[in-house]
Amino acid sequence: MTIKQISVFVENKLGNLAEVTDVLASAGINMYAISLADTRDFGILRLIVDDSFAAAQVLKENNYIVSITPVLALELPNEPGSLHKALSVLEENNIDLKYLYDFNTVTTRNAHLVFRVEDTKKAEEVFGKAGFRMLSQEDLKG
Amino acid sequence: MGNYYQPEIECAPREQILALQNERLVKQVRNVYDHVEYYRKRMDEKGVKPEDIRSVEDLHKLPFLTKDDLREAYPYGLLARPLSDCVRIQSTSGTTGRRVVAFYTQHDIDLWDECCARAIMAAGGTKDDVVHVCYGYGLFTGGPGLNGGSHKVGSLTLPMSSGNTERQIQFMTDLGSTILCCTPSYAAYLAESIIERGLRDKIKLKAGIFGAEAWTEEMRHDIEEKLGIKAYDIYGLTEISGPGVSFECEEQTGMHINEDHFIAEVINPETGEVLPEGEKGELVFTSITKEAFPLLRYRTRDICILSRKKCSCGRTHVKMTKPLGRSDDMLIVKGVNVFPSQIETVLLNKGYAANYQIIVTRVKNSDQLEVQVEMTPEMFSDSMGEITGREKELVDALKAMLGIYAKVKLVAPKSIQRSEGKAVRVIDKRDLYGK
Ligand SMILES: [Zn+2]
Repeated sequence: MTIKQISVFVENKLGNLAEVTDVLASAGINMYAISLADTRDFGILRLIVDDSFAAAQVLKENNYIVSITPVLALELPNEPGSLHKALSVLEENNIDLKYLYDFNTVTTRNAHLVFRVEDTKKAEEVFGKAGFRMLSQEDLKG
Repeated sequence: MGNYYQPEIECAPREQILALQNERLVKQVRNVYDHVEYYRKRMDEKGVKPEDIRSVEDLHKLPFLTKDDLREAYPYGLLARPLSDCVRIQSTSGTTGRRVVAFYTQHDIDLWDECCARAIMAAGGTKDDVVHVCYGYGLFTGGPGLNGGSHKVGSLTLPMSSGNTERQIQFMTDLGSTILCCTPSYAAYLAESIIERGLRDKIKLKAGIFGAEAWTEEMRHDIEEKLGIKAYDIYGLTEISGPGVSFECEEQTGMHINEDHFIAEVINPETGEVLPEGEKGELVFTSITKEAFPLLRYRTRDICILSRKKCSCGRTHVKMTKPLGRSDDMLIVKGVNVFPSQIETVLLNKGYAANYQIIVTRVKNSDQLEVQVEMTPEMFSDSMGEITGREKELVDALKAMLGIYAKVKLVAPKSIQRSEGKAVRVIDKRDLYGK
């Protein structure tokens, strides 16, 4: 089970992030997770939102460059060693992890992490076999 | 059989054109010597009398004329006719110092229009075409030139002028424009905008005549593909008349210079020595039919190559390459000659858009070159490693082309100013002259 992540190209200029969030807020889009990877000149803003199609549309209309990528949203028990367990599964199966970030939901006490891996299909399979729960796009709506 | 406006001239044997040039040059030299004090003084200084010029072969004896001369003689110093005979002025988009103002009699305008008509017909234009002119109108020669040429051909002319992209596209779709005339950068922008709006099927364009700024073959292919047209180059300069000094034919391998009106020479820009056909150098023009504002041996600063190789279109007039650089737009960065067109070629080869800006600064007495490039959907990725990897490839390709390091800065789409007139490609922040 995958969810859709939206990536947005942002120049590193004062106020640019606020502009993106303003566009999304005006369109009534709810954000669950946000992560920024940046260099000195630009950044990639990664978002998990309730309606990824609408979010991508409204961003494109506002001249942003946007890409949509399937990612895995893992639910992990809020206890020591659970992230290590998940990472070990990837390692054992030779799946490269590109990046991961934290993902907050108010619905459960469990932790949630977004995983972007090289081979999403394979990771989904091995995580499933190892008993991890992965959130679906529907789960996000709560 | 090709599509010509004046086949008897455009396809005339070389000897016939040369005879015409000899006769017109001799007359023009006598004319300016008798009527323009500025020329008389310059020729006397060089010890050349009008009778020394008996044919094109004697042309090299005449002094050169430069933009500085035009500024010095501003506004009336080079006028060869009484002001009362003039009906129009046009002016250059003066970047520094005084503008250059050119004068035209009605006869001058007619000949200029005919040159543009030749260009439109070489691009396949007929009286049944709808010619969409979105070069600027006004002092800039782009709009008035193609407008006049289109009238001569008898095409339906849309005098759109520049700007207001929405309206351009609306007229284009509603009135079925078939030939687009504008700057190549605006053509690229229009193409993008048309595709964005999903109107590619609603336009009837078959050809474009694009000039007034430097563009590359890659940009040509890009525009041709996006608009489904054939894109023709056109060249000209206000000092000599305007667009239509030379133009491309269907062979698209250089622009035929209208030799019955303009004599072209290529010189070594450093020594002034005339170079043989096929050698690269600065283009120099002598206008032999101009009445109001005739320029003899005017140095264009454009670097190009002339070719007399037989052209399949049937035209016999000499062909020039598109300017390969400008001797004065050329940047010298860290002692290396850098032409914006080289940077553009690399960007297009690497999959980036042709929209870029070059910024040169000097930090601690050392030149820094930065190329700002707009991010495109194709080059974007959610992975930082992929983007920086491509960025590094671009830096390497630029280094291979230019011989020096250029920093690449990726910027947001549409953040670089899109000019609807001439593109500002270079921002030189160095204080080179202690201004
Ligand atoms: Zn030809």
